[in-house]
Amino acid sequence: MSRTTSRSRMRSRIGILGCLTAAVALVAGCGSSSSNGTTPGVTATSVTIGSHQPLTGLAAPGYSEIAPAAEAYFKYVNAQGGVNGRKITYIFKDDGYNPTNTVNVVRQLVLQSNVFAIFNGLGTPTHTKVVDFLNSSKVPDLFVASGCPCWDAGTTHPYTFGWQPSYTIEGKILGQYLKQHFAGKKVGVLYQNDDFGNGGLAGIKDELPASQIVTAQPYEPTNTNIAPQITAIQHAGAQVEVNFTVPAFTAIGQLTAFKLGYRPQLVVSNVGIDPTTVGGMLASFSKGKAGTALIEGAISDAYLPSPSDSSNSWIALFKKVHDSYDAGAPMDGNVEYGMASAYTFVQALQAAGKKLTRQSLVNAVNAMGAHWSGPGLVPFRYSTSDHGGYAGAQIATIKGGKVTLLGTPETTDPGTGPIVPYTTAQPTAPASGIPTP
Amino acid sequence: MTAVAHLIARLEAARAGWLRLPRQTLARHLVLAVGFGLAFYVLSVYISPYRDSQLATAAYYFTALVGLTVLTGLNGQLSIGHGALMAIGAYATVLLIGRAHFALVPTLVAVTVITATAGGVLGAGAARLRGPYLAGATLALAVGLPALADGYPGTFGGDNGLTVAPPTPPASLGLSFPLTRWEAWIAGVGALVAFVVVANLLRGRAGRVFRAVRDHEVSAQLVGIPVARTQVLAFTLSAACAGLAGGLYVVVNQLAAPGAFQLSLSLSLLTGVVLGGLGTLGGAVWGALALVFLPAWATNLSHAISLPTNVSSNLPLALYGIALAGGMLLAPRGIQGALGRAGQWLGVRLRKSTSNEEGSDEQDHK
Repeated sequence: MSRTTSRSRMRSRIGILGCLTAAVALVAGCGSSSSNGTTPGVTATSVTIGSHQPLTGLAAPGYSEIAPAAEAYFKYVNAQGGVNGRKITYIFKDDGYNPTNTVNVVRQLVLQSNVFAIFNGLGTPTHTKVVDFLNSSKVPDLFVASGCPCWDAGTTHPYTFGWQPSYTIEGKILGQYLKQHFAGKKVGVLYQNDDFGNGGLAGIKDELPASQIVTAQPYEPTNTNIAPQITAIQHAGAQVEVNFTVPAFTAIGQLTAFKLGYRPQLVVSNVGIDPTTVGGMLASFSKGKAGTALIEGAISDAYLPSPSDSSNSWIALFKKVHDSYDAGAPMDGNVEYGMASAYTFVQALQAAGKKLTRQSLVNAVNAMGAHWSGPGLVPFRYSTSDHGGYAGAQIATIKGGKVTLLGTPETTDPGTGPIVPYTTAQPTAPASGIPTP
Repeated sequence: MTAVAHLIARLEAARAGWLRLPRQTLARHLVLAVGFGLAFYVLSVYISPYRDSQLATAAYYFTALVGLTVLTGLNGQLSIGHGALMAIGAYATVLLIGRAHFALVPTLVAVTVITATAGGVLGAGAARLRGPYLAGATLALAVGLPALADGYPGTFGGDNGLTVAPPTPPASLGLSFPLTRWEAWIAGVGALVAFVVVANLLRGRAGRVFRAVRDHEVSAQLVGIPVARTQVLAFTLSAACAGLAGGLYVVVNQLAAPGAFQLSLSLSLLTGVVLGGLGTLGGAVWGALALVFLPAWATNLSHAISLPTNVSSNLPLALYGIALAGGMLLAPRGIQGALGRAGQWLGVRLRKSTSNEEGSDEQDHK
């Protein structure tokens, strides 16, 4: 009797000890990485950068095309010898738009893969969770893929730079257009209840008289039923419906409004209007009954040329890169976004010079960023204190299922500064397809 | 073979002598905890900063899985809402540290109590529900609770969530001391505390009562065990672990946001206890390691094969699923169960071979 109990206790002890040693071996066996005194991620012939992207999950449709498009442009540059003799390796990891995963993959990229910089990390609720880590680790955090005004904090976060215009700048420019062309019309706003929607709403309120905005309805991106919000906007008698929505909610909102027989003038900020993405969603949500016709005539804004404008030299360049390195993806606004931001990153690498360090990259954006010309319709705002991206946008409309630009580009700031026309013509793309330093 | 026999004899002697664990429950678990702590310390110093952050992640997963082991494994109540309980712990931690400027240790104690209270209230409701209805109720919690953050953006930061500053390692450890190692140490201590408390309870009366209620409620009632009260107690204890895990989650990730506590978290916790081995604390260790390393392994494997981005980004989920399904088919009692069986098999084989040898030795002597 006593023998069996002692044997079973022995077995449990073997189990615990075995469990412990095996666990130690498992974790330790995965190895450790080391870094020498040189700049992490940089050799004489290569520079390794990383990113977190929603390749799966709710935010993936559309946005998952961005990083492969950027990678395609880097491959194009690498095929021509890279930047300062260094070929760019781009590691983008899936975070599924879940901030826990974002923290994990960014730590992995910085601590284990020893990336030189984080490039184009996507999303506000995700990227805000790694900004402190990146800045305290002094890792350049270039060209965040989100228009949150929060990236523009050169003093507290000197290593973080935005890229696209802040949502507030977009809201101001859309608001001014409404003030000029829809004076006295009732405006209803549908906005995502986060920094994106609130930033856009702040911009609109900055320009339009308070009395003209009859209602502002927030929605949560986790709840796909927005019929109550659309009904409230309809009942408030809004003749103009302004959306600060992601593509899926632009589509759901339009389908809901269509069912209610409500056809206001639609105004959608840049992120939520790419006709290929929204048209595809309209078709899929309605099982093929609807399409881009539902967003025809919508007013929006753009800071890059229309992806369907094949006469534009930049679009021709991106199309060429797309056909060689990323042909599986549709040539839409997301692909253009990825390539244009990669183009800006190459400009930053060039400006940082042959002796590439993390500090030299950040210094280069601070000193030279505002003078870079590229596919953008407006200049960048970069300086030591301003870390926002593009300084403005141009009003656009959806015509024949494509983005068509209207008027001239305008620039402003995310504060209460004036909106001024920007008259410098867009330069043509360099023949080599690589920025000329 | 004589060498093996010798080794076994030595091991047996050691086990009877210096390696013997104390009989008394508390002392026994304290000794074990010190052993685990030492191993954890050595490991954390040896590995790289990123591995430290994985170790820290495993530690908070373990803490949550200990809670689920108590509830599901030992008391037979199914919860698909433990991610939401972790969210309560995480949000409470961020608010206490960020707004009320509590120190870390009082915060962790407070959030454990807060979440245990919430768990007690939930448990009172849950004790009336059985099987799929209980799963449904906890599912509603997992889906509904994170949405609360959107409802009160002023307090909970809306969809964007809240962040806190990372814990600062004491200056005595040196300036180059990796932050992730400090986080791993804090999470490790938290996990050990949860281990000692729960292991003690389970070896004593509470554990027997939990198991009795799980195995047969009517019999348990007949021998005078208050079934409902036991179930509420199990839920409370389990929630306390989840709350502490939420607090440790904040130590490691410095955030609380709705996107981090989606239903998928609750489901992966459940996956962890089942895969590790339902109802044992060793299983919780394996489950925590699996939750950390399995997705990473699946991602690396799918990146090793050159595939179009659309396929390679979705492949990890498929590989993860295949690994889970395969694991359940091959080891229906989880990793711990499979190891136990393997150990038993090995023990029997060794004992057989040694007794054979002893027999042959005897023959030689004749």
